Amino acid sequence: MIHVLLPHHLQVLAQVGREVELEIEGVATLNSILNALESSYPVLNGTIRDQVTLQRRPFLRFFACGQDFSLAEPDTILPEEVLSGAKPFRIVGAMAGG
Amino acid sequence: MKGVRVMVGTRKGAFILTSDAKRAHWDVSGPHFPGWEIYHINASPVDPDRLYASQSSGWFGQLIQRSNDGGQTWVPVGNQFNYEGDPGTHQTFDGTQQPWAFKRVWCLEPSLTDRDTVYAGVEDAALFRSTDGGQTWLELPGLRAAKGHLWQPGAGGMCLHTILLDPANPQRIFVAISAAGAFRSDDGGQTWHPINQGLISPYELPDATAEVGHCVHNIAMHPNRPGVLFMQKHWDVMRTDNAGDSWQEVSGNLPSDFGFPIAVHTHEPDTIYVIPIKSDSEHYPPEGKLRVYRSRTGGNEWEALTKGLPQSDCYVNVLRSALAVDSLDTCGVYFGTTGGQVYASADSGDSWIPIVRDLPAVMSVEVQTLS
Repeated sequence: MIHVLLPHHLQVLAQVGREVELEIEGVATLNSILNALESSYPVLNGTIRDQVTLQRRPFLRFFACGQDFSLAEPDTILPEEVLSGAKPFRIVGAMAGG
Repeated sequence: MKGVRVMVGTRKGAFILTSDAKRAHWDVSGPHFPGWEIYHINASPVDPDRLYASQSSGWFGQLIQRSNDGGQTWVPVGNQFNYEGDPGTHQTFDGTQQPWAFKRVWCLEPSLTDRDTVYAGVEDAALFRSTDGGQTWLELPGLRAAKGHLWQPGAGGMCLHTILLDPANPQRIFVAISAAGAFRSDDGGQTWHPINQGLISPYELPDATAEVGHCVHNIAMHPNRPGVLFMQKHWDVMRTDNAGDSWQEVSGNLPSDFGFPIAVHTHEPDTIYVIPIKSDSEHYPPEGKLRVYRSRTGGNEWEALTKGLPQSDCYVNVLRSALAVDSLDTCGVYFGTTGGQVYASADSGDSWIPIVRDLPAVMSVEVQTLS
């Protein structure tokens, strides 16, 4: 079970709390986590990555285990602590004022 | 009992203001979608409980929300806006070409005859239509064929911000784009042509009378006289009496003919409203006096409407979609400011009250008259 932490606005949209749990079949990559998240919560389609290009939205970041995976390739396998559920995969809104 | 519902889009959420027909006391509901930019909320003329809202964010992109109960509850519907085919490129500020890319929905215009059909004007400029209540969207790509490669962004982005549906001719649609100009379709949106003859933009364009490229800020029509359009251009207030085939300037005695919104009185097709702004460099009212200007002659002769509006030290702006009218017997006029005030007049503009004064910056105001 993979734990994903969502920023406030996506929690509101998906009508969930800060953390959601996802079952991933096979190897858990960056892409497969996002696919599972969007499949479980279709309202998030387009809010994290472009629906056509699947490019990450510029002001969102992906963190896990103290590392920044924002620029990682989609098929990057995430750390074992994330795959085991010991550590969360974090989707974070980039810092900005206003 | 008759009443009014004012739908306000702001930089940080949506607000719905309601009153009875006297329009003296107002209830404020909101923020809906707190923290999100609400470019526009609009209601179906067929079903007054059917509302559509454009919800967007620099972080999370675009959503479309739909309400079936007059804005009490909302559900997100489709948010996929894919250009038809290869959209090619358009001009940018430096004259180079840039690929077309969807950024956000600026305006939503529900059909006059079907509550599930709604048009969306987007940035980068294009027109989309949904016939299933906003679940799916298809572009009307013929618009971009109207010299789209020569369009370029205004300071607010290259946005299709105004859609007018002709109540007398279901095949006729008008749109306005910054900075491209005004366009008309006579076949339900399949093909389009520029309607910018008579517009003169000597400060903004190398060819002041170019066929496209003009920064049209807003256009308005009276539903009983759809061949007459009024336009607030970047500079100049304009009028056409032939559905856009040619335009004449009607700025007349305005203190500044720069501004953003324009509106037509519900019962008097020749009574129009603008809110002058000092200049393209200084987006606030001339002399720090917030004045609505009314012409009862279809332009050229304007009177300042000031009663109830701040007449000193006022430096707010009024954006292009933030002026609207109701259809009660004495026409109500409403506008919102970047300072978060929404002003209302229940007497066609003679006097004004702030019906709410501390909202986030107001981006759009639409009004429904409820029976």
